[in-house]
Amino acid sequence: MNANNAIVLLIALPLFSSAILLLSGRKSDKWGHLLATAVSATTFVIGVYEFFQMHSRPSTDRPLTQKLFEWISVGGFQVDASLLLDQLSICFVLLITGVGTLIHIYSIEYMSHDHNRRRFFAYLNLFIAAMLLLVLGDSYLNLYVGWEGVGLASYLLIGFWNQKPAYATAAKKAFVANRVGDVGLSLAIMIAFTQFGTVTFAGVKAGAPHASPAALTALGAMLLLAAAGKSAQFPLQSWLGDAMAGPTPVSALIHAATMVTAGVYLITRSNFVFDASPTAQAMVVTVGAITLLFGAIIGTAKDDIKKALAASTMSQIGYMILATGLGPIGYAFAILHLLTHGFFKAGMFLGAGSVMHGMDDEVNMRRYGGLAKAMPITAVTFSLGYLAILGVPPFAGFYSKDKIIETALNAGGAKGILLGGATLLGAAITAFYMTRVIVLTFTGAKRWDSKAHPHESPILMWLPMAILAIGSVASGFLLSSGSALVNWLQPIVNAGHHEHNEELLKPAVVSSLALGLVLVGVLTAVFKYRTVPVDAPTKVSIFTTAARKDLYQDSFNEAVLMHPGQKLTTGLVYTDEQVIDGTVRGVGSSLSIISTAMRKIQNGYVRSYALVMVLGVLALVTTIWLVTL
Amino acid sequence: MDISNYLYLSAALFTIGAVGVVVRRNAIVVFMCVELMLNAANLAFVTFSRLNGNLDGQVASFFTMVVAACEVVIGLAIIVTIFRSRRSASVDDASLLKR
Amino acid sequence: MSIVTILGLIPLLGAVLVAVLPKANEKLTKQVALATSLVVALGSIWLAYKFNGSDGNFQFVESHQWIKNFNINYAVGIDGISLTLIVMTAILVPIVFLAGWNESEGGRWSVKTFYILLLTLETMMIGVFAATDVFLFYVIFEAMLIPVYFLIGGYGRGERAAAAMKFLMYSLFGGLLMLAAVIGVYIISTNQNGGTFDVTALSHLTIDKPTQNWLFLGFFIAFAIKAPLWPFHTWLPAAAKSATAGTSTLLLGVLDKIGTYGMIRFCMTLFPDATKTFTPIIIVLAVISILYGAFLAIGQKDINSLIAFTSISHFGFITLGIFAMTSQGISGASFYMVNHGFSTAALFLVAGWMIKRRDSSQISDFGGLQRVTPVMAWSFFLAGMSALALPGLSSFISEFLVLVGTFTKYPLAAILGTTGIVLAALYVLIVVQRTLHGETTPGNENLTDLTVREKVAIAPVIAILVILGFFPKPVLHVINPTTAVVMEHAGATDPIAKAGK
Repeated sequence: MNANNAIVLLIALPLFSSAILLLSGRKSDKWGHLLATAVSATTFVIGVYEFFQMHSRPSTDRPLTQKLFEWISVGGFQVDASLLLDQLSICFVLLITGVGTLIHIYSIEYMSHDHNRRRFFAYLNLFIAAMLLLVLGDSYLNLYVGWEGVGLASYLLIGFWNQKPAYATAAKKAFVANRVGDVGLSLAIMIAFTQFGTVTFAGVKAGAPHASPAALTALGAMLLLAAAGKSAQFPLQSWLGDAMAGPTPVSALIHAATMVTAGVYLITRSNFVFDASPTAQAMVVTVGAITLLFGAIIGTAKDDIKKALAASTMSQIGYMILATGLGPIGYAFAILHLLTHGFFKAGMFLGAGSVMHGMDDEVNMRRYGGLAKAMPITAVTFSLGYLAILGVPPFAGFYSKDKIIETALNAGGAKGILLGGATLLGAAITAFYMTRVIVLTFTGAKRWDSKAHPHESPILMWLPMAILAIGSVASGFLLSSGSALVNWLQPIVNAGHHEHNEELLKPAVVSSLALGLVLVGVLTAVFKYRTVPVDAPTKVSIFTTAARKDLYQDSFNEAVLMHPGQKLTTGLVYTDEQVIDGTVRGVGSSLSIISTAMRKIQNGYVRSYALVMVLGVLALVTTIWLVTL
Repeated sequence: MDISNYLYLSAALFTIGAVGVVVRRNAIVVFMCVELMLNAANLAFVTFSRLNGNLDGQVASFFTMVVAACEVVIGLAIIVTIFRSRRSASVDDASLLKR
Repeated sequence: MSIVTILGLIPLLGAVLVAVLPKANEKLTKQVALATSLVVALGSIWLAYKFNGSDGNFQFVESHQWIKNFNINYAVGIDGISLTLIVMTAILVPIVFLAGWNESEGGRWSVKTFYILLLTLETMMIGVFAATDVFLFYVIFEAMLIPVYFLIGGYGRGERAAAAMKFLMYSLFGGLLMLAAVIGVYIISTNQNGGTFDVTALSHLTIDKPTQNWLFLGFFIAFAIKAPLWPFHTWLPAAAKSATAGTSTLLLGVLDKIGTYGMIRFCMTLFPDATKTFTPIIIVLAVISILYGAFLAIGQKDINSLIAFTSISHFGFITLGIFAMTSQGISGASFYMVNHGFSTAALFLVAGWMIKRRDSSQISDFGGLQRVTPVMAWSFFLAGMSALALPGLSSFISEFLVLVGTFTKYPLAAILGTTGIVLAALYVLIVVQRTLHGETTPGNENLTDLTVREKVAIAPVIAILVILGFFPKPVLHVINPTTAVVMEHAGATDPIAKAGK
């Protein structure tokens, strides 16, 4: 196997496997899930092989490209179907195939009672293929194919149980919100082509230094819009909570570990655009900061365990987006956090799935309580993920999140204080809502009714959780020891080129400050949730109500976009029928009115015809007479 | 006698015929009025023939007479058939053209 | 005789053959018709194989004197754009026959008449794309109305007579304007080079600006009605609602393309100055069409009229691409015509099966089909994905090319057009959700899934959409040189000419 030619296998294998499973129908019900899992594992093996191959080469020779075929070629618009495997994409390949395989294994058991399990695995494989294409494409247009491909897979998986109207609606909402982002990506590609005459990453990178600041800002803004759509960032974040309608493994893979982080990938990949446009960077950090607080606040009020985790995902991606706006060093930390987050959040989602599995698909945390005894493995793996997201040393989040907080604080001036403050505040709120999840689910008195029989999940389910938990513990240390990841990514994101601002606070101080705030958050939650009513209290503060309603984002969208849109549609339908078609019909009916009137002259009476004839002759004679006179 | 008096007579006859065609309902009377108009025309032809001193007008009046004869034959046949089928010789009853 | 003429005559011979077959044997009639159309399809592929893709001018040229006094010739010849459209037509007809195997029954006239009409129509469809004589083009353009009128009025459903009349009136109105313009062009050519209807010779005329404007409008309005462009579109939903699925497919998939094809072939080639004058207005109309069609599609209650409105939106894209006058725009628009043909075919045919099974075309009568008829549901879903231009399907490439080509010259129009992709997601996903998702609603429990015949009919369409999505090269390779010729005639150049490094 040649390292260069194997890249396409990463995409082709899951794509074909997905097609086989979908086309073969019920015949493959028996072995479909096994094929899909095997294929996913194979891609992981290829990914690992590629990684070691890459690692063995000197840093300048590491990127590989594989040109597949000439895709689109019209005039100056030339796009090849071509793949690029470099230091950045290999990180994602390993994350996607690794976590993806674990989740395939988990799903074999989790979905075993669903008689459409084969279809589920076909979608999962389709997702893997599309996601790999997203990170492996060497141009924005190739990326776009994967970008929409994951959107499609996400749509299909969220709506996997689309016999429930609410789930089907959630899937549609996700797709439409993503499409709004896609408008951004489309326009970004158009701007790139108009400015640089090419849409490859390399071409845009080469042209970026010569482009006008306005063009770069526009390009950056459009890329940010794309990222916001895919990564559930403000103001396009509202679909993520609803997306939890999908089966839990989907939430873990797509809506926590991989697809939603595609926005971070996009911005990191386009670092040359953002580095050249401070305005675009300012937009990025603003969106990141807003979303990280937004998500965290929503997370504090959700009783649905998956929605609480979804809000947390939104908030954590906010951290990553914020980091990507902080210049060269920020990208590396964003990717670092993305990878550690991939481990701990996927682990926690699988934990949540395990709890639901044991509790007859109950998602309301108020009906859990004291589950640690019934599900010890789930409780332990979940707690490890919990410690990681809190940023407790030496768990993974400590290495990644603290770095982001630190970089934000050191961004300089008022910007640094604002961003740093936001990240610190976010850390405290994160500690609060995650502790709330733990307390409500695993500790305290049991609040479930007698019908539920919570039990630990089988090995196929807890094994992936355990592996991810190990990742939550160790990944942060491994990836940042000796700045491993930063150095690895250095050629891509220029991280070494680090302009030293004056340090606002020493790293140790930042860490202590963050830990102190986390402790405050934890203690508040523990104190507040000593006793938990089974039904959510209705008399709550205005803030809780707002957080429960996702800070009114849905209401806003409905009021500002949906209702006027519906009115416009109804109005246009009416206009079309009445005004435009009405004009046409009006011409027709006025003609028929005229002819009806004319027809009355033809009354059938010979005498009146004769009279008309006589009068006519008279008139004619008179005219001639008058004229000749 | 002034020759124009013949023309006045012709015009008067024509007018009477035309009015008759328009106001009478009985097909036979309408028919007779049509004949009256034709004869008025004939009279005018002959008058002009005399006035111009050639025979063209007289020839034309012969043509008219032939046409009138043919018309009478066909017209009367139609009237008789209509009368047979509808027991009426009123032209207003035969208003099928309306439909 | 050139291969184009032979190709065009085969369906006509088939029609004659069908005419002499016994009336009682309907099955034989259908088989003969299908066999004829398959021969044409194979022939068209042979034609494509013989075609020299790197030459942008007319090939397989043939000319015979027809009416000597006015120098009217039977002149045919094809270039890249007409070739792709002819191949698309030839492939669509057998699919339509196969998909609507029984839709000829229960019409006002016999099964035999139905196939005679369709085969005659196929001859005309090939002829209209091959004609290089403006008068010949005009004659076929108008003559096509006759079979379509009878196909809608005789075999449709609902208010078919009214719909057929509306279609006829609109088309005749446009046709008359075009006739006036054709005569006008001829008179000018009599003064300059002795009178001709040959499109290449006519493109070298020097016409003063005001005259050009009027002649341009004569052609353009005829084509805008055919295409149809807002606000000349209201005949389309009515026709689509009433026609059979097969007729709708050919009507929107092929006949409407004559409008956009005519814009490239006649409006731009014959009247380059007027084209420049009217471009801003047309761009505005195209953008309105895109958004208007999409909004109306969202608001429709009838599946067929929904598809018709999506087509209005798509024709907006095609027109936008054409009048952007960049090679991406024109090539993209030409490719869009092909893709739209197949994508609409998929939508109409599957919708037709759904309607036939449920005996209703109201969206609200369907629900939860995915659980009852999975294959049909998947086919509809994929057709819908093609309508919203999902990357990986061919319609994405053409839509993107159109937008990119437009953006380089008219950024604002491209931005507005791009927002259409959000609306596209809405109009597709709303109908998908209402018909396929949710609990299976009463009346839908016993619907049967696609038969083998229907699967055979839809499979090639979907295969083409997917294959061209990944390998559009064969088609683009044929279209590009023709685009270059068109651009040269129109005196347009690309703002982004060279590929950057």
